[in-house]
Parts: sequence; C-alpha cells; structure tokens
Amino acid sequence: MKRMKKDTLSLILRAAVTLSAIMTAGVVILLVGYILIKGIPCLTPDLFAWKYTSENGSLMSSLINTVIMIILALIIAGPIGIFSAIYLVEYAKRGNKVVGVVRMTAEMLSGIPSIVYGLFGYLFFVKALGWSYSIMAGAFTLAIMVLPLIMRTTEEALKAVPDSYREGSFGLGAGRLRTVFRIILPSAVPGILAGIILAIGRIVGETAALIYTAGTVAEVPVWKWTGHPLRDLIAPLFSSGSTLSVHMYRMSSEGLHINTAYGTAVVLLVIVIVINALSSFVAKKLSKADGGQ
Amino acid sequence: MKIRELLMHGVFFIAACASILSVALICLFLFANGIPTIGEIGPLKFLLGTEWRPGNNIFGILPMILSSIYVTAGAIIVGVPVGILTAIYMARFCPPRIYKIMKPAVELLAGIPSVVYGFFGLVVLVPLIRNIFNLVDGQTMLTASLLLGMMILPTIINVSESSIRAVPQSYYEGGLALGASHERSVFFAVLPGCKSGILSAVILGVGRAIGETMAVIMVAGNQPRMPKGLLAGLRTMTSNIVIEMGYAADLHRQALIATGVVLFVFILLINLSFSALKRRADA
Repeated sequence: MKRMKKDTLSLILRAAVTLSAIMTAGVVILLVGYILIKGIPCLTPDLFAWKYTSENGSLMSSLINTVIMIILALIIAGPIGIFSAIYLVEYAKRGNKVVGVVRMTAEMLSGIPSIVYGLFGYLFFVKALGWSYSIMAGAFTLAIMVLPLIMRTTEEALKAVPDSYREGSFGLGAGRLRTVFRIILPSAVPGILAGIILAIGRIVGETAALIYTAGTVAEVPVWKWTGHPLRDLIAPLFSSGSTLSVHMYRMSSEGLHINTAYGTAVVLLVIVIVINALSSFVAKKLSKADGGQ
Repeated sequence: MKIRELLMHGVFFIAACASILSVALICLFLFANGIPTIGEIGPLKFLLGTEWRPGNNIFGILPMILSSIYVTAGAIIVGVPVGILTAIYMARFCPPRIYKIMKPAVELLAGIPSVVYGFFGLVVLVPLIRNIFNLVDGQTMLTASLLLGMMILPTIINVSESSIRAVPQSYYEGGLALGASHERSVFFAVLPGCKSGILSAVILGVGRAIGETMAVIMVAGNQPRMPKGLLAGLRTMTSNIVIEMGYAADLHRQALIATGVVLFVFILLINLSFSALKRRADA
C-alpha cells in the first residue's frame, strides 16, 4: 500500500496512543526494574534464616506459611469451585433458576474488595466460630475469595469441551457421572489448571484479607505427634502465621527492616513472574491441544 | 449405579450453592454487626459527621467517604486515559512483535501484589512528590491517586482491549472505504461501537480503586480529617479499618465494622451498575 500523507488529527491520535503505550511500558519497567535493582542486593542469607528474630527479619517462616496457606485454601476452594462449575455446565437444565442466582452471587464475590473479606473473616471465623487469629481462618477467608475465579475458569474450560465428546460417551452407554469424570474433566484439565494458577497468584499477593484473620506472627505451625493423626495434623493450623505479603507490609510499616522489605518484594515479584509464565504456558498447551483435533 | 449418580448430582448441587451461602453469610455478618452500630451512633452523625475521634466517642466517617471518592476520582483521571489509549494501541496499532512483549507486561502489572505497589509508592513516589512540591511529607492525595492510577491500568487495558477486539471488522473497513485514515477509522468508527465495553472497564477500575487498601495506606498519609486538597494527606475508608482494627474495642470496633458496611454498599452499587451495563450490552 502506498503511504498517504496523514492529516494532523490522525497524527495527533497516533502520537497519543503511542505515548500512552510507552507510559504503560514505562510503569512496568520502572516498577519491576526498581524493585529488582534495589532488592537483589538485599537477598542476604540472614533473610532466609530458619527462625525469624527481630534482628534478621527473616522471611523463611512467612514463605512456609504462604505455601501452607495456598495448599489449604486450594483444598477448600478447588473441589467446591470445580464441582459447582460441573453443576452449572453439565447438570443444570436450561432455565434453571438456581443457575442465575449462582452466577450472580459469584459475580458479586469477585467484586468484593479484600478488606471486606478480611472483616467478614474476622467476624465469622475468628470471632463467631472462635478460631482466633489462625492460618485456618485465613485459609477459609481466602478460599471464599478465590472461589469465583476457580468457578469461572473451570466453567469456561468445561464449555470449551466439544459436545461430540459428550454425545460419544452417552452413545457408548456411559452415565452422566462417568462421562463427566472420564471424558470431560480430563480434556478440561489445562483450563482448570490455568485458573488454579491464577488463584495461587491471588493468594500469594493477598494482605488486607489476612491481617485480621491469619494475623501477623512470623511463626510456622509446629506439628507434634501425640497419637491422634487427624487432630495432630489440624490442630497446629489454628495458630497465627503471617504470609509473605503480610510479612512485607509489617516490615515496611515498622520501618526498621527496609532491607527485608526490599528482599521480600523481590521474592514476591519472582513468584508472580513464575506464576504468570506458568499460566501462559498452560494456556498455550491448551490452544495447541485445540488445534490438534 | 443409580444411587451414585443421584448422590453426586446432589454433591455438585451443594457445591454450586457454596457461593450463594458465602454471599448470604457475608451480608448477614456485616449488616448484623454494622447496622445496629450505625443506629446507635445515629445514621446522620455517622455518615455526615466530619470528625473522627474514637477517644471521645465521636465517629463521623464523612472525611473517609470523601477521601475514598477523591482518591478514586484521581486514579480514574490518571489511569483511564492512559489505559484506554494503551488498549487501543494494543488492539489496533501494535505490531505483533511488540504485542508479544506488551501483553505479558500488562499481565505482570495485574499480578503484582498491592503491597509491592504500596512499597514502590513509599520508596519512589513519596520522595518524588515531596521534592517536586517542596513538601514536608510526600504522603498526599496526589501520591495515592498516581499509584492507584497505575494499579488500575491492567484492569482498564484488559477489559477495553477485548471489547475493542469484539467490534466487527466491517466497522473499521467501512471507515477506510469512506476515505478515513487508519487512526480516524479506529477512533470514530470502531470506538463508538464498544462504548459500553469501555465504560464497564472504567467501572471495574472504580471498584478496584475504591476497594484498594494496602497500597493506599502506605502512601496516603492517613490523617483522619477532612481532605485538604491535592497536596495534603488523607485517609480512605479501607485504610481506616486496617489501621485501627488492631487496637479498637467496643463501640470503636463496631464503628470500624460499620465503615466496612458503608464500603460494601458502595461496592454493591458499583457492581449493580456494572451488571446492568453488561446486560444492556448483551441485549
């Protein structure tokens, strides 16, 4: 195509969008670059010391708590989210009243800010159920928070499974349940996984919902064997424990451990980058699988 | 066999009801704790009171309500134009090579935890604002608005971009065929076709900005008084809750929960307008 001479307005518009894109890119580069350049020198062995003291400001216990929090919240929200998506897509009949209400409430849940979740978790799990500040209370609060995310991504993954799979399975005499678990879920796994990875990202980054549910104590739960397997496993989870983000907030607001805050910021940033890379990798797998059919 | 089918059907149904139950519980616990407190303090005194002095049992949250609105408005002024124009760039101007870098960068921006944003604001923006305007303290409404503007960028960009992409290609081609340049076709033929999509991006941005807590606490100064302009500190509803919840007791604590209820009502209204808009766009 021959290049025409552009009028002034077109040039201005082009300049405006280009400038904005450069600004957005600038924000990303500034933010990530600044944290990495200032933060990487702060990654001292002290920061990863096994036990937290007010001298070393170690993030190790918070890192372990973050992993525990992710596992617990996903154990709670994962099955519920996936099952409810299965109900919405595979079981509910057209015009089912419940479906509309479920969709509406899920949409509401995804719009609620984290501090409101924090207040609710404090009122319900910490006070009404008497769990006190505990990892368990935090995990349940976060589970409600990531539930709509897991539901929505699973729903989309299930809808993307071609109807011919279902028809084929029914045609061979399989029941609805067997069709769901043997045919539909396996082919929806990448989509569901991408949603779960996103949920992990939200759990890692959450602060406001955790301060008044899981508390800010930088200690890891201690498991002891007393002969009651279930109680031994669960009881330590009713102790307070801060995750990485909460730890970082505490360190930067106390002002004594600005280096710890820098170091923790780097660790959080690296986790977020890994999570994003992982979810786009899974998504690419997904689109390749689609292309292969 | 039949029993197992029925049983699992029931299990799936119960799982589906979990989100209904969650919303019901959240509403019940917040309202049951907040409404009586608002009644006890007096609805007008609580919502329109200009003073917050928990020590003297004076609980007026008008300063926090206004602060939340101001900071959100500031974030919209900062974030929306840049966000929408970036979305236009990504959807219609960007060479594929640059898009491959831009898209993950925006996703990264969306994934960065709010405390990291807050920390960045604290160590970069706060000193910057302090030096530019020669202030004693760089923790101001301007700082908070700038930071929140950055934070809502990914929301605005992602939602706007997908709505721009959803406009039929024929709109753009029609513009070109009538002799308009690429830029004019995009701005005057494609953009009007996705007005409601872009509006819902803005509403989602508003929801994100008004509910943001940690980042705002770290850069806004948090003085519980009526907002005094761009270059003075202020305290939003969200910060008020986090800052004082740790040591509050009795009526003070109840008043903080009631602050949460007011915030919750704000969010419900925003969500309601969002879904109303979406329904209109679908129809």
